[in-house]
Amino acid sequence: MDKNEIIQIKELKKIFPMGKSEFTALNDINLSLGKGEFTGLIGPSGSGKTTLLNIVGSLDTPTSGEAWVLDQSIGKLTAKEAAQLRKKNLGFIFQSYNLLAVHNVFENVEFPLLLLKIGAAERRKMVMDALEWLGLTDKVRSKPPQLSGGECQRVAIARAMVKRPSLVLADEPTANLDAANSHHILQTMVKLNEELKTTFLFATHDEKVIGYLKRKIYLFDGKVAKDEWVTSNQTAK
Amino acid sequence: MTRFLLKGLFYDKSRSRLPIIVVAVGVMLTVFMNAYITGFMGDTIEMNARFTHGHLKVMTKAYAENEGQLPNDLAMTEVSALKEELSGRFPELDWAARIHFGGLVDVPDEQGETRSQGPAAGMGIDLLSPESREAERLNIRESIVRGRMVQNPGEALMADQFSQKLKVNPGDEVTLIGSTMHGSMSMYNFKVAGTVSFGTEALDRGSIILDIEDARLALDMYDAAGELIGLFKTGFYDDTHAMEIAREFNTPFETDGNEYAPVMKSLTQQGSMGQLVKMLDVWSVYIIAVFILAMALVLWNAGLLGGLRRYGEFGVRLAMGEEKNHLYRTLIYESIFIGIAGAIIGTSIGLLFAAWVQEKGINISGLMEGSAMMYPSAIRTRITPADYYIGFIPGLFSTVVGTMLAGIGIYKRKTSQLFKELEA
Ligand SMILES: Nc1ncnc2c1ncn2[C@@H]1O[C@H](COP(=O)(O)OP(=O)(O)O)[C@@H](O)[C@H]1O
Ligand SMILES: [Mg+2]
Repeated sequence: MDKNEIIQIKELKKIFPMGKSEFTALNDINLSLGKGEFTGLIGPSGSGKTTLLNIVGSLDTPTSGEAWVLDQSIGKLTAKEAAQLRKKNLGFIFQSYNLLAVHNVFENVEFPLLLLKIGAAERRKMVMDALEWLGLTDKVRSKPPQLSGGECQRVAIARAMVKRPSLVLADEPTANLDAANSHHILQTMVKLNEELKTTFLFATHDEKVIGYLKRKIYLFDGKVAKDEWVTSNQTAK
Repeated sequence: MTRFLLKGLFYDKSRSRLPIIVVAVGVMLTVFMNAYITGFMGDTIEMNARFTHGHLKVMTKAYAENEGQLPNDLAMTEVSALKEELSGRFPELDWAARIHFGGLVDVPDEQGETRSQGPAAGMGIDLLSPESREAERLNIRESIVRGRMVQNPGEALMADQFSQKLKVNPGDEVTLIGSTMHGSMSMYNFKVAGTVSFGTEALDRGSIILDIEDARLALDMYDAAGELIGLFKTGFYDDTHAMEIAREFNTPFETDGNEYAPVMKSLTQQGSMGQLVKMLDVWSVYIIAVFILAMALVLWNAGLLGGLRRYGEFGVRLAMGEEKNHLYRTLIYESIFIGIAGAIIGTSIGLLFAAWVQEKGINISGLMEGSAMMYPSAIRTRITPADYYIGFIPGLFSTVVGTMLAGIGIYKRKTSQLFKELEA
C-alpha cells in the first residue's frame, strides 16, 4: 500500500444471504483513496453505499476480495483489532445522528476519549476544542432532545472529530437536514478537511453534498460506475 | 467510564428507575412471603404447643398411649416433685401441670332442675399461683368476651359459644359431671366467672377452663395431673434440642415395664404434629422456591427487554471502538448495581411491611371456620435472619442472569446489524 493511501479495495465482493438465495450487494469493487481526500460514494438507494462504508469502517467484512484501511486488512481483523482500528483512527457520522439521548453534548463528544483512556484535563480541552470548531460552546450541557436536527448533527461531527481520526465516514449526513443546515455542516467539514487533513468518505445521493465533493465515485448495482475528480474551480459554492 | 455509566443509569429512568422498581417489588414480595410463611408455620406450631402439646410433654406411658381418651385414671401422681425435678434439670423450659378431662356441664334452674346440658372439654391449668404463666400463654385475658378472669377457687371460664348454647351468663352456677381419677362419678359446682373466645373452632365449641386445684378437687386427683408440659423460655420450638431433652429424660425409663413410669415426648413426637411440622416445612420451602422462580422469570424478562431496547446505543458505542467484551461487562455491572439497589430497597420495604404485620397481625379467623386443627386466627409474619438475604436471590441473581442472556444478542449480531435495528 502506497504511503499516501488510506484505503485500498481490491476485487471486493459482498454477498448477503437472502433466505435460500443470495444477494450480491457489492461486486468486484476496486478503489483506492489517498490521505486527505474529500470523496463521496454516490448512487441511488440500494446501490451498496452503506454496505461499502460499513466494510471500510470495519463494522462488516467482505465476502471475498480485500479492503485495506490504514494498512490493515478488514477481513482478517479479529473483533478486538477491528474495535482498536475504529477507536483510534475512525470517526462515524450517521444520517440519524445516533447521539446518546440521556447524555449531554459534552458527554456525547467525550465518549470516544473515554474509550481511549485520555486523562480528564486533556479530555476536557479536546472536547471544548471540538465543540468550538462546530460552534456548540453554548450547548455544552444540553441534551440531544433539546437540540435541533442541525445542532444534533454538529454534535455528531464533533464526536467523530474530537479524537482527530485519520478517516471520517459519513453516511447520508444531510438526509435529515434542511438546506441551510446542510451547507453549514458541509462547510465545517470542508474546513476540518483542510485544516486537520482529515480524510472524509461520504455515502450520499444529496446534490448539496455532491457539490462539495472533490472526488465522486458513482455506484450502481453494487459496482463502481464512474470515478471522477473535480477540478478545484468547480468545487464549493 | 464509570461516571459515564452511572450518569447513563441515573439520567435514563427506564434504565434505572423502572428496573429498580420491578426488582424492588419482586424482592419485597419474596421477603414478605418468607416472613409470612415462617410466621404462619411458627404460629401454628406455637398455638398447638401452647394449648395442647407443649414443646415437650411428660405423661405416664399408659396415658400417652391412650391420650385421646383423656384417661385420668392413668395420670401421674406426685406431680409437684416431678415438676421441681424437671425445672431443675431443664431450666431452659417453663414447666406446668395440666389436667384434661371430659364431662357434662349441667345448668340448673331456680328449682335445681336441669335447664340445659352439654358435653364439655375441660382443662385444669394453673390460673391462680402468682408465678404461673399459663393464663398469659393461652392468651386468656385477651380472649375474655363477657365477665372476668378467674380470681378465686370455685370459679371457671367457659367458651363463649358454648355458654350461648347453654344460655349461661357470667355469675351463674353450673355443675360439672365427670368421673374421678378412680373411676367413680363426680359432681362439682362452680361459678362461671367469664366467657372466652379463642377464635379456634376446636376450643370454642365446648371448652371450660378452671384452676388446676379445682380440677384436682373435682376429679379427686390430689397432686396428680394428666400431663406436665414444658415450653422453651425463648418462645420458639427447637426440635433438635427438644428431641435431645426427651431422649435424656427417657433413657432411665426405657426398660421400665411399669405403665405408670413417665415418658417425655417432644412436640413432633406427639400425634400428627410431627407430620404437620414436616409438612409446613416442605410447603414453605416449596412456596418460596416457586415464588423465587416466578420472580426470577419476571426479572429476567425485564433485563431482557431493557437490553433489547438499547441495541441502538450499543451499535453506536461499538462503532466508536468499544469492544464487545467491555460493553457486555458494563451491562453486567449496571445490572449488578440495579439488582443490589432493587434488592436493598425491596428488602427494606418487605421487612418494614413484615414487621408491621408481625406487630398487628391479619385476621383470618373467617377462613379457618370449622377446622378441627388449631390454626392461628390471625396471621403474623415472623422475621428471621433469612429475610435479610433471601430477596437477593431473585433480585440480584435474576437481574444479572437476565442481562447476561439479553446481552448475548450483542455477540450474535454483526455490529452493522445493530445499526439496522437502530435506524429502523
Ligand atoms: N444485512 C443485509 N442482508 C440482506 N441484504 C442487505 C443487507 N444489508 C444491505 N442489504 C441489501 O444490499 C443492498 C445495498 O444496501 P445498502 O448498502 O444499504 O444501499 P445504500 O446505502 O446504497 O442505499 C440493498 O438492496 C439492501 O437491501
Ligand atoms: Mg444507505
